[in-house]
Amino acid sequence: MWKPRDRAAALKPLVFLVCLAPITWLLWRLLNNDLGADPVAELEHRSGDWALRFLLITLAMTPLRRITGWAQWIRFRRMLGLFVFFYASVHLAVYLSLDLQGLWTQIFAEIIKRPYITVGFSAWLLLLPLTITSTKGMMRRLGRNWGRLHKLIYLIGVLAVLHFYWLVKKDVREPLIYAAVLTLLFALRLPWKRWLTAAKPVAPPRT
Amino acid sequence: MLIKRPDDIAAAEITDESIYLGRRRLLRTLGLAGSALLVGCSQKQGDADAKTGTQADADASAILNLARKTDHANGEAQTSFKDATHYNNYYEFGTDKSDPAQNSSKFQPKPWSVEIAGHAEVTGNFTLEDILKDQSIEERVYRMRCVEGWSMVIPWAGFSLADLLKRFKPTAQAKYVAFTTVNRPAQMPGLSYAALDWPYREGLRIDEAMNPLALLATGMYGRELPNQNGAPLRLVLPWKYGFKGIKSIVKIEFVERQPRTSWNDAAANEYGFYSNVNPEVDHPRWSQKTERRIGAGGGLFAPRIETKPFNGYAEQVASLYSGMDLRQNF
Repeated sequence: MWKPRDRAAALKPLVFLVCLAPITWLLWRLLNNDLGADPVAELEHRSGDWALRFLLITLAMTPLRRITGWAQWIRFRRMLGLFVFFYASVHLAVYLSLDLQGLWTQIFAEIIKRPYITVGFSAWLLLLPLTITSTKGMMRRLGRNWGRLHKLIYLIGVLAVLHFYWLVKKDVREPLIYAAVLTLLFALRLPWKRWLTAAKPVAPPRT
Repeated sequence: MLIKRPDDIAAAEITDESIYLGRRRLLRTLGLAGSALLVGCSQKQGDADAKTGTQADADASAILNLARKTDHANGEAQTSFKDATHYNNYYEFGTDKSDPAQNSSKFQPKPWSVEIAGHAEVTGNFTLEDILKDQSIEERVYRMRCVEGWSMVIPWAGFSLADLLKRFKPTAQAKYVAFTTVNRPAQMPGLSYAALDWPYREGLRIDEAMNPLALLATGMYGRELPNQNGAPLRLVLPWKYGFKGIKSIVKIEFVERQPRTSWNDAAANEYGFYSNVNPEVDHPRWSQKTERRIGAGGGLFAPRIETKPFNGYAEQVASLYSGMDLRQNF
């Protein structure tokens, strides 16, 4: 029998490949001229979808550890988080280079003037320090501050969902699903156990 | 400038190259040798519609007899039939731009009748045949600018809205014209979700409606309108954002006061009653200065193009709004 640690290590390459599937599929459709009538919008939307999905998957690792009792979920967290940055960067790169190509004045105006762009761009900016400090060396160097810094992911999650919500014209059902999943993932982090036990008669203090 | 297109150009000849390629790809994937199956297929053959069954319906649509063809888009390249019929908004069939083509096959555009009501000497219910009987159908190539920031160039077939409206002899009280889309939940799955306050309603000032550019379309690309594009009768107003071009019209009413319109009701600060294409007045959430032309040469790297006031039709329509503050009346 493998130890849990070995199992997680063995699974990692597989998870890595699975994480590459969405971009591979997009590139395949791109090469086959199969991105529909507005290929730029399609690349933009699908890469954005996956950035948000990977963000939610990353945020699911801690609750999964708690619920399943398998501690190794956490070992996928960094890789998944880096994929958030990867897909968010593809999303931003498509927007800057293909959608608003060359229209730099418009790019700056949009980032400042359009709340949904401001919020989306902020989310990507906030991912930068998390990405840079994702190495083992940085974790060591930052010590306790590493955990504090990486709490930014909660804010990034809120900004990313808001970015989606604000850009749709009328049908907000899809962004609301993401908002609901994010809310659930936040709720699972609350100290329910402590609160539930606190509701019961208090045990005599230990001495 | 009007560029007269020779009448002998068949609809199939304006097919985008990508469709031919898509057709070949479809045949390859099906593993069919030879081109025997191409016989009888129209230019709409593509991967998606072959699966959804809309192909059969589209093929059944009659080729229209066009009295004349005029280009009102400065010779700009036309959007392919596939793109214009598979990438559009028609929320009654779903809010995704691929939904109309996918979910409209159950829709029955025949038989059809239109109710004429309000301040006019002639009112009542008219069959589509009756509506069309005195009209000669002509082709007009118009630019279409969506409020979302993309645009197309589409050869519509139809007749001037004014020619029809005059027939009902609107009275002096008829200051506006209100239009209503059909409301058939059984045939229009998008109606189950209240994206807008159904049925879809649109409106024009009477002088806008009487402008010769305002087109009542019965077809596109030389054929009858496909269901997803507003069959059997829709409005095309090339100087306004696309959503003003109400589809599948069942009611036309002459009214005295500015009628309520669906998008304006949904978000008055974002979608004005006039909704004339105007690069100077941004949508509150995005810029309207530029647009992405669907199917433009250069594909992925095609640059955005500048949006023109009144979508390039200022010469014909700007006088309708002289003296009006277009920021206020957006």
